[in-house]
Formats: sequence, structure tokens, C-alpha cells
Amino acid sequence: MNTDVIVRAEQVTKSFGDLQVLKGIDLEVSRGQVLCIIGPSGSGKSTFLRCINHLEKIDGGRLIVNGSLVGYREVGEKLYELPDRAVCSERANIGMVFQHFNLFAHKTALENVIEGPIQVKGTNKKKAIAQGLSLLERVGLAHRAHAYPRAMSGGQQQRVAIARALAMEPKLMLFDEPTSALDPELVGEVLDVMRDLARSGMTMVVVTHEMGFAREVADGIVFMDEGRVLESGSPTQLLGSPREERTKAFLGAVL
Amino acid sequence: MTPRLPAHVKETEHSVLENQTQTDPPPVAAPAPAKTYTVIPLRHPWRWITAALVLAVLGFVGKAFLAADIDYAVVLKYLTSAGILAGVRNTLVLLLASMGVGLVLGVLTAVMCQSPNPVLRWVGGGYVWLFRGTPLLVQLLIWFNLSIIFENFSIPGLFSIPMNTLMTPFVAALLGLGINEGAYISEIVRGGILSVDHGQREAASAIGMSRAKTMRRIVLPQAMRVIVPPLGNEFIACLKFTSLAYTISYSELLHSANKIYTANFKVIELLFTAALWYIALTTVFSLFQQLLEDRLSRGVPGARTGFLDRLRRNLSLRRAS
Ligand SMILES: Nc1ncnc2c1ncn2[C@@H]1O[C@H](COP(=O)(O)OP(=O)(O)OP(=O)(O)O)[C@@H](O)[C@H]1O
Ligand SMILES: [Mg+2]
Repeated sequence: MNTDVIVRAEQVTKSFGDLQVLKGIDLEVSRGQVLCIIGPSGSGKSTFLRCINHLEKIDGGRLIVNGSLVGYREVGEKLYELPDRAVCSERANIGMVFQHFNLFAHKTALENVIEGPIQVKGTNKKKAIAQGLSLLERVGLAHRAHAYPRAMSGGQQQRVAIARALAMEPKLMLFDEPTSALDPELVGEVLDVMRDLARSGMTMVVVTHEMGFAREVADGIVFMDEGRVLESGSPTQLLGSPREERTKAFLGAVL
Repeated sequence: MTPRLPAHVKETEHSVLENQTQTDPPPVAAPAPAKTYTVIPLRHPWRWITAALVLAVLGFVGKAFLAADIDYAVVLKYLTSAGILAGVRNTLVLLLASMGVGLVLGVLTAVMCQSPNPVLRWVGGGYVWLFRGTPLLVQLLIWFNLSIIFENFSIPGLFSIPMNTLMTPFVAALLGLGINEGAYISEIVRGGILSVDHGQREAASAIGMSRAKTMRRIVLPQAMRVIVPPLGNEFIACLKFTSLAYTISYSELLHSANKIYTANFKVIELLFTAALWYIALTTVFSLFQQLLEDRLSRGVPGARTGFLDRLRRNLSLRRAS
């Protein structure tokens, strides 16, 4: 298998009860690539992202991340479900940034960032703090290290959340509408951090409605609709001359 | 400065009015000269009548108690007698020990009820159902009388002791109160856990934290703010429930009072002495609770309740027993 493929989805399906949310997703993300997922609300973008780090279990198809099946071990013809511990260690290699930040409310910015390294990776505290401070500096928040989430703006919180994810030194970063909950004037600061991250060679899957960002940063864009990848291509192709009517209508509405 | 202000204001008002009348005829009718009104507040005769009635009843009851054959000097004298003080001490020991047992059981049960293992959820739910669904007094009596059906408490091959030796009044009271408290506390803790935003758990999972660690490091610390106030109420309720241990002759406060009055026949006096102690303790604990809550709710707006409200809540009966 090509080790440069970080995410490979083959006919991934997922249902919540009777509602089939993912109806066979196929896509691939290579190392260092930025893939943007766009699509109307309810099309299954978040669900797919959550499947990648096993916050949701898939019902069918194959999902391979970092060279191994998500949540299963394949032996011959059989799939063995992984124990929680193994799932946790797989997740530790995947960073995730949420729409609503989800910073630990009872911890300061720095404590948020060092929680994973200390508790999950077993890094010693001194080293974790040094690394945490340099990550906070990287997202421009060294001066807010000891502030609680409540006392920070949305943009600052989201940047801390990115630093928290990076602290685990992930091989892949997932972003679920990272700027959708932000006031317009705060969107830029978060996108700047993400742009830098992309330049540094991080593999990223980004669900977003920021078409400007997608056009500039993405290596590929997929348009999802009703649980399927309806169309995919390079930013210029997909945003400039979409093939499908649904894509055109969607882009017409958001651009 | 302050007393002059109204005059000043009036002056300007005047000048404005004058200005208006002096300039060209106003397009509409000139403003009517300012009328002075006498404000007559709504009268509340019924408030007076009810107040008078209530006071009359209170006076009547008070007078009856004063006239009754109660030796108030005895009430006060026994307040610090050795027997009563020992009772107070035993009450506090039982209270702390049962709250300790209750806390451990409560947190365990609340976490069990969140478990993906259905058997654990069932057992947790069943425990809460059973112990909240039966009166504490009945539970106490069952624990105390367990020796009737089990002669020995034994783990085969390890040890065996006669149930009579094991189940002293203290142990029976501790088990009864502690296990009962555990059921109530688990509901409080469960509420606290549910109050923590689901996103917090998801974020913890996303950095690879195990379920147990997430609970301990992320969820429970945040649940504390919601858990502590009702836990304080529980503590105070438990203080009052320790008096039920009297029925299984554990020598707590009420039992000590009982021992004294069966000897000297000053029944009401000693019951009053005990009551005074109980109300003093609940009041002190309510104060502590207030301080603790104020600390926890720092920076959280609209979370404060007055001391009197809390006291009222604590002194009212929480549940039938
Ligand atoms: N835990 C769940 N249980 C039941 N249904 C769910 C659950 N999560 C998502 N869904 C449903 O799955 C569908 C897809 O949801 P999803 O959040 O993936 O959409 P989305 O593309 O991210 O939309 P949005 O742009 O609004 O975030 C929706 O109809 C949603 O109601
Ligand atoms: Mg979504």
C-alpha cells in the first residue's frame, strides 16, 4: 500500500437508526495535502470527519487512516474490533478542531495544551510546558497562556484549540467548520494559523464554508451532498467550472 | 450638594417654561400649569388582618409554652452536660462516616450508570431504585436485625465472625445511612456529569484520552460546581437523619437525650436540648455551605442564593422517611 496516502475511504457508509447519513464515500488524502470538504448542511460532512478518528463507527466500507483500518485490525478475512486503548492511541495521532472550540473550561490555555502530552503521551511536565508555550507562541497567544477559555475571544479560543491538537504531534489534522462560530472579524486570525500550518506540510482535512481559504490553500476540494461525494477536483476546476448542477447551485448560494 | 440639587432642577424647569411662554405663541395650546398630585397608596387591609391573626396565634402558642410546666433552666443546663456532648460527638462521627460512605458509593454508582456495560447500568439503577424507594427507618431496622437470618458473616476459607458481633448499632447505622445517602448522592453526581457539555468529552477523546481519565480529569472537576450545592443540602439532611439511629440504640444525640430523660423524667426539656443542638449544627453547616458555594460560583453570574434562603431550604423536610 502506498504509505503516502494518509486517508483512504472506500465506499464508507454510516447510518443513524433509519437515516443513512453516508451513502458510500470514496476519497483519498495524501501526505502533506489539504483537502477541503464543502457541501450543504446535513450532507454528512461532520459525520465523515468524525468517522476518520473513530468518534463514530462506520457501518460499511473501509476507512484507512495512517496506514491502518480505523477501529479494526484486519487478519485474513476477519476484522477484529480494536479495544478502547488501541482506539485512543490511534486518535492521539489525529488532531481535531471543533466548530465550538471545546476547550477544557476549567483549564487555562496552557493547561489545555499540555493536558494531552502529559496525560496521554506521558511527556514530562517541564518539557510539555516548554513545548506548550512555543505552540501558543506559534498561534500568536503566548501572552494568553494563563487565561481561562471564558476570558478569551472566540478566535483566541480556536487558536488555542489548534495548539492543543498540535501538541499531540499529529500526522493528520481534522477541522470541522473551525470558523463558523466566529464573529467575521475574528475569522482571519484563525485562517492565518491554518494557512501557516498547511504551508508547514501538515496533512489536513477541512470542512469549511470559507471558499476563499479553500481556493487559496486546498490541494483538492470535494463537494458532498446527501451523503455522497458528488464532485471532486482541484480548487480552480471545482470552484471555477463545476460540472454538476447541484454544485453550481450550492456555489451560487455561498459565493 | 445633594440638597441643593432639586432646587436647581426646579429652577431650570421654570426657566424653560418661561422661555416657552415668552417666545412666539406656541402652535398648540400653552402647556397647562403643572398640577400637584397627592399620591394615595393602595391600602392593604388584609395584610394587617392576616399579620394580626398570625401574631395572635403565635402569641397564644408562646404563652401556652411559657405557662406550661417546662423547666427552661433544665433545657439550658443539659446543653453542655457530658452525656449530651457525647451524643453530639457520636452524631457528628456517624454523619461524617456515612457521608464518606455515601460519597464513594454515590460517585461509583453515577459513573456506573454512564457505563457502556448494560449490567453495570442496571445494577447502578437498581441500587438507586431500591434504596430511594424504601424508608430509611426500615432500612436501618433491617441492617440491625440481620443477625436473625445470618448467624455469621463469613467469606469461606478466609474468616467468619458472628453477625451479632459485627453488626453493632454503629455499623448498622453507618451502613443504613451511608448506603442510603449513596443512592441520593449518585443522582446528584449524575446530574452534575450530565451538566457538563458533551463537547468536553469529545475533545478529550480526540486527544486520545481514555474514558476513565476523561471522567476523572475533565468531566468530574467541571461537574463540581453543579454538585456541591445539593451535596451540602444532603449533608445537612443526613445530619437530621442520624437521629433515626436512635431506634437501633446507637448513642447519638437523640439517644443520649432519651437516656437522660428516662432517668429524670424531664422529657420535653431534654428533647428541647437536643433540638437546640440540631438547629445550631444545621445553621453552622448552612453557613459553611454558603461560603463554599460563594467560592465555587465566583465569576459565574446569577448563581448566588442568600443565606436565609439556603437555611430555609435546609431546614425543610427533604424527603419522607
Ligand atoms: N448522533 C446523531 N444521531 C442521529 N442523527 C445524527 C447524528 N449526528 C448527525 N446526525 C444526522 O446526520 C445528518 C448529517 O449530519 P452532519 O452533522 O454530518 O451534517 P453536516 O454536513 O456536517 O452539516 P452542517 O453543515 O450543518 O454541520 C443530519 O441529518 C443529522 O441530523
Ligand atoms: Mg457539521
